[in-house]
Formats: sequence, structure tokens, C-alpha cells
Amino acid sequence: MPQIQLTLNGSPATVDYEPHHRLLDTLRYGLALTGTKEGCGEGECGACTVLIDGRPANSCLVPTYQARGCDVRTVESIPAETLRPLLESGATQCGACTPGVVVTSAWVRSNPELIETHTLRQLMAGNLCRCTGYDGIIDGVQQGLDMDAESRGAKP
Amino acid sequence: MNADAGTIAMPDTIDEALDAMAANPDLIPVAGATDLFVHWPEHLEAHERSYLDLSHLHELRGITFTEETITLGAGTSYWDVIRDPRFRDELPILVNAARTVGAVQIQTRGTWAGNIANASPAADGVPALMACDATVHLASAARGETTVPLADFYLGYKQMRREPDELITRITLPRRAYDFQYFEKVGARNAQTIAKVGVSMTHAAESGWRIAAASVAPVTLRCRNLEAQLDDEGRPASPDDFESALQADGVAPIDDIRSTAAYRSKVIACIIWHALA
Repeated sequence: MPQIQLTLNGSPATVDYEPHHRLLDTLRYGLALTGTKEGCGEGECGACTVLIDGRPANSCLVPTYQARGCDVRTVESIPAETLRPLLESGATQCGACTPGVVVTSAWVRSNPELIETHTLRQLMAGNLCRCTGYDGIIDGVQQGLDMDAESRGAKP
Repeated sequence: MNADAGTIAMPDTIDEALDAMAANPDLIPVAGATDLFVHWPEHLEAHERSYLDLSHLHELRGITFTEETITLGAGTSYWDVIRDPRFRDELPILVNAARTVGAVQIQTRGTWAGNIANASPAADGVPALMACDATVHLASAARGETTVPLADFYLGYKQMRREPDELITRITLPRRAYDFQYFEKVGARNAQTIAKVGVSMTHAAESGWRIAAASVAPVTLRCRNLEAQLDDEGRPASPDDFESALQADGVAPIDDIRSTAAYRSKVIACIIWHALA
């Protein structure tokens, strides 16, 4: 089977692929990184969101071969403590959308300049959630941003 | 199933890509894959084709502004334009269009050139580019580069002036001092929606009106009759006064899962009329 090389969650990786493989399936079934979920399979729900070269993407719509040489980060690489504001704000209920929400939320927190041009609802619009009604998710991302700003301000 | 079933060519240069396309005209170029891969596993047999991956062609990357021309490499994504302050300042119509495509996860992968080649009549990027008088640059190993105005690119539903051995390499736009730019997309909701009706409009003293309409015909339409009417007479008293020009332009919407012909006919005229208020 042909192979590609990529950086996966910060470490070099070599993975087998077939031309018809989706990155989502390679992650879940080839690499046992099952945190990334399949929801709709059509690029709408965002449950399969991963970061490719620092940008969120729906891994259900990414051919595995396109990840060659890329920096791919999955929900498994997100530090657990960044979940706290999402937990505290009621951003999760059944959990199906949560890994994607966590990845997009981490991306927003890493790129706080985005809120100069986008609302949080726009940035999170690619992650559908049928439980929470979204307010908890938006509150959680905002709390995370506030915490980050506070810790930046606290530094000398 | 042919011998090349389910293969992927991964060229490093445009020349390699064009050679591969010349050798196998059945190759399907893949850019962002955001349309190709929708419900992919359910159609695996139909997808046992030969593909050409464009995603790592660095020569297709990059946006340049010269005094007269803006050039988008064919690998330019929606997100590249959204995050480029030059577009926010000068061509917000493209930023506004890009921001209605899916959500961020699609905008980071999908490309403007892919939107052109995918040829959906419900495209969001195509009408905005068309209202900016975009030119499509195509290259082939046999014939070198050719150019086609985007407004003349489509011949019918999913039919376009791209030969099987041709690759879109870039999109160019004339730089103009627009005094009016407008993008509107009517969908079921704001994010993650496909247009029921789309309208893109520009006006500059040198070019007059440009109007492109989506989801109201088998192709994205440039509305030249309506442009001429506006150039000559300005905004009419009622949106009904657009009817004959829009019909002459080929606006002929249908009923489908997203909307109805009657709704689309009414709404496109009202959008344009309100845009001019």
C-alpha cells in the first residue's frame, strides 16, 4: 500500500493510504485516533474537524493523500485543561459534536485576532450541535478567550 | 473498471500536471475536494476514477496585486481571501461571498478555481468573480495558455469552455475603483447553506453595471440586458420592471429541493431592486 508522511499531533508519522481513503477514516481506523467523529459525512456538521496546517478542516472531505507533508492535529492533541470553560458553560451534552467543537474552539483561542473580523457564532458555525442550543458553546469559547487574555495580561 | 481505476497522480509542478492530463484526458483534477468528497463512501464505485491532486502545487498558490490586475492562483482558497486585508479594503464583494460558503472548515479547503470548474449554478464564488469581470486562465501541454472571460465560460449545465487536457492555473480581475459592490445569497439559514438565489453586483464609472445571478438558470448568469437597463435608466419604480430584462438574460428558475421557480423569480428582482435603494 502506498504511504504518506505527515506530522501528526506534533510527531512525524507514516501512514498507509489508498486513493479513496478519507483522512477521517485514516485517523479513526488506520491510526486508532477515534476522538475524531463522523457525523454527516458531507462537510456540514463539523464533528470530524481537525486542524491541517493550523486551519480547521472537515476530515470527512479531505482525501488522505492531501495530508502528505502537512501538520495535522486532532482532538487528542488538545490539552485537557482547555476543556474546562466548555464544561463549565454547559457546552456539551450528548458528546457527538464535542470533539469538533473542542478543536474549533482551540483554534479560535490560538487565533484571537479572528474576533476582529468574525463573531464567535460565525467562527463556530461549522460545528452543529443539536443538544445545547449553542449558547453554552459560545459562552465556553468566550470564557476561554477571556482566560487567555487574562493570563497574557498577567505576564510581565 | 479500467487499469487506472482509483489512482491518484500527485504532481509537483504545473508542467507535470499538464503532462499527466495530456497523457490521460480522463484525469479529474482535485483541489479542495469539498464537493467531490461529499458522501464519498456511498459512491465508491462511481469514484473509481483517476484523479490529479492539485493541493500541493505551490505554483498555483499566491495572490498578487499589480497596478492594473489582481491575480488569484488557482489554489487560492476562500479563507485566503477572507484573511487578506487587501480584499477587505478593495473587493469586499469577494470576502462577503467567501464568508457565505459553508463554514470555516469548508472555506479553508475550497478554492475559487474549484468553484469555477465545479460549475454548479448555485455557486457562491462564481457570481462574485463574474461581477468583477474575472478572466479564467487555462493551460495545456499541447496549446499553452488560453484565457476565457468567466462570463463566457459556461455553455450549459456543467458544460464549460475547458478542454479535458486543460487546467485552470489562475484567475485575474481588473483593478477598478468600484463605487458599488453587493453580494447577496438567500438560503435557508446563514451558515452551511446552498443558495436559493444569489446576486452579485458591481458598479464603476469606467465599466458601468455588472450583475451576475446564481441558482436561477442552468449556469451562473451574467445579466447583460439588465446591466444595460440600469446603465441607461437607473433604478426603476418597481422590481417588476426588471422582468423583461431578466428574462432576456436567461433567468429561468426551476422548482427543486431548495426553492421554487416562483419564489426565485420574485426574489431575484426584489434583491436587485433593494440593493439599488
